[in-house]
Amino acid sequence: MARHVVARVDEIAPGGRKCITVDGRGVIVFNVKGEFYALSETCPHKGGSLAKGIITGLVESDAPGDYQHTRQGEIVRCPWHQWEFDIKTGRSYCDPRRMRLMKFDVKVEHGANLVEGPYVAETFKVEVEDDYVVVEV
Amino acid sequence: MTTDQTRSWAGAIDCDVHPRVPSIDVLRRYMDSYWSETVVVRGVDEFATIAYPKNAPLTARPDYAQDKADQDAGRTAKALLDPHGFGHAILNCLYAVQMIRDEHMAAAFARAVNDWVRHEWLDRDPRFRASIVVPYQSIDKAVAEVERCAEDKRFVQALFIAGTEEPLGKSRFWPIYEACERHGLTIGIHAGSSYHHAVTGSGWPSYWAEDYAASSLAMHAQVGSLVMEGVFLKYPKLKAVMIESGVTWLPPFLWRLNKFWRGTRMETPWIDRLPSEIVKDHIRLTTAPFDAPDEPGMLARIIDQLPSEDMLLFASDFPHWQNDGDAMLPPGIDSVLRKKILIDNPLATYPRLTIS
Repeated sequence: MARHVVARVDEIAPGGRKCITVDGRGVIVFNVKGEFYALSETCPHKGGSLAKGIITGLVESDAPGDYQHTRQGEIVRCPWHQWEFDIKTGRSYCDPRRMRLMKFDVKVEHGANLVEGPYVAETFKVEVEDDYVVVEV
Repeated sequence: MTTDQTRSWAGAIDCDVHPRVPSIDVLRRYMDSYWSETVVVRGVDEFATIAYPKNAPLTARPDYAQDKADQDAGRTAKALLDPHGFGHAILNCLYAVQMIRDEHMAAAFARAVNDWVRHEWLDRDPRFRASIVVPYQSIDKAVAEVERCAEDKRFVQALFIAGTEEPLGKSRFWPIYEACERHGLTIGIHAGSSYHHAVTGSGWPSYWAEDYAASSLAMHAQVGSLVMEGVFLKYPKLKAVMIESGVTWLPPFLWRLNKFWRGTRMETPWIDRLPSEIVKDHIRLTTAPFDAPDEPGMLARIIDQLPSEDMLLFASDFPHWQNDGDAMLPPGIDSVLRKKILIDNPLATYPRLTIS
């Protein structure tokens, strides 16, 4: 495991995402209302890329005709078969135990803490005064 | 009749037996004066559908046809119940009530059919049970007929015909299900149609064989509708029996239903588990016809593909010609499963069987 600086915080707006390749692995960093989450890019079902999947809320129900729409912006659907994944956990709705995306730890670090540390940041010039998204892969 | 214990039919509950109304005059006895007169004045000879034309070979086994065994309770008992030692037989009268356009007339005929069954079948042999013929051309009238008949505990089911004008999961039908659940009645969906529209989604077939072979397609639609509309969430004690449309169509249909649910479940968020799990708990199938291959080993594999072997209910489909002699189940069913199909599964499906 290594920590990778993958983006400047202001690159990924709330509701947005950034796809990166870390050690040859596709990873997507999502910004959900200011919180960052990182998931593997590839759907465990048939391998669709979640880079282009729509981001939605969660709908649940207590009875036919009842639609409880919550957690807007926290679900990503695979563009191929529309399976839903919880951005915060990586778990699918339809089969949460077996069908899930890998979840990676994400931290926001101040540049001053990064310039000296053992961080991998091939594509970034880390500025001391900025904040960065750091993913552990 | 065989004496081999593994082939015994003793105590079996036959979940699909068809009493045939001998003539419209018999039903007139159970109509009020207006409808009794109206039948004569309008010159109504009979309401019959193309489902079982009188002279079609499958309509009655030759030995049953010979003495019109299906037109009389005593003769049916003698031909079917006595030789096999059946415990019960559930009567599903297919008189064409569902075909009638006039909802008032449909209700009058439903009442007549149900009262004929009650007085001339149920009263004559304690082994008989029956389905309530439901005039669901009007939901109010259907509920009223369920309520009227439900007082007699020998009615164990409400009968629908698969080819409806709208899928049976639609909420307009729910008052009927509410009444059924409250009374412990199962709903039975029998092959056939109201014939208010083509019997397949692709139009009218030319020949009887096409029509009959395609009858499971209406069952696909009804299972999908009942499950996805949420009928079994609203009425969790309700069970629906798919009658006389085979068995082997269900696993591949469920494979598709599960698959599409995974990607579109947000359209029906009340379905919070695999549709096949709901089917396992609420849908049952009668075993005649059992569209199984000849090799017994294959049969076991097909049954394995069902969500549960608790779903299979024994039926002879008397007097329809589905078999000869006593070959009423396909080979390859072991004695444990056989007992479940013949007795335990029907008892679990029809709660009123044990209280009447």
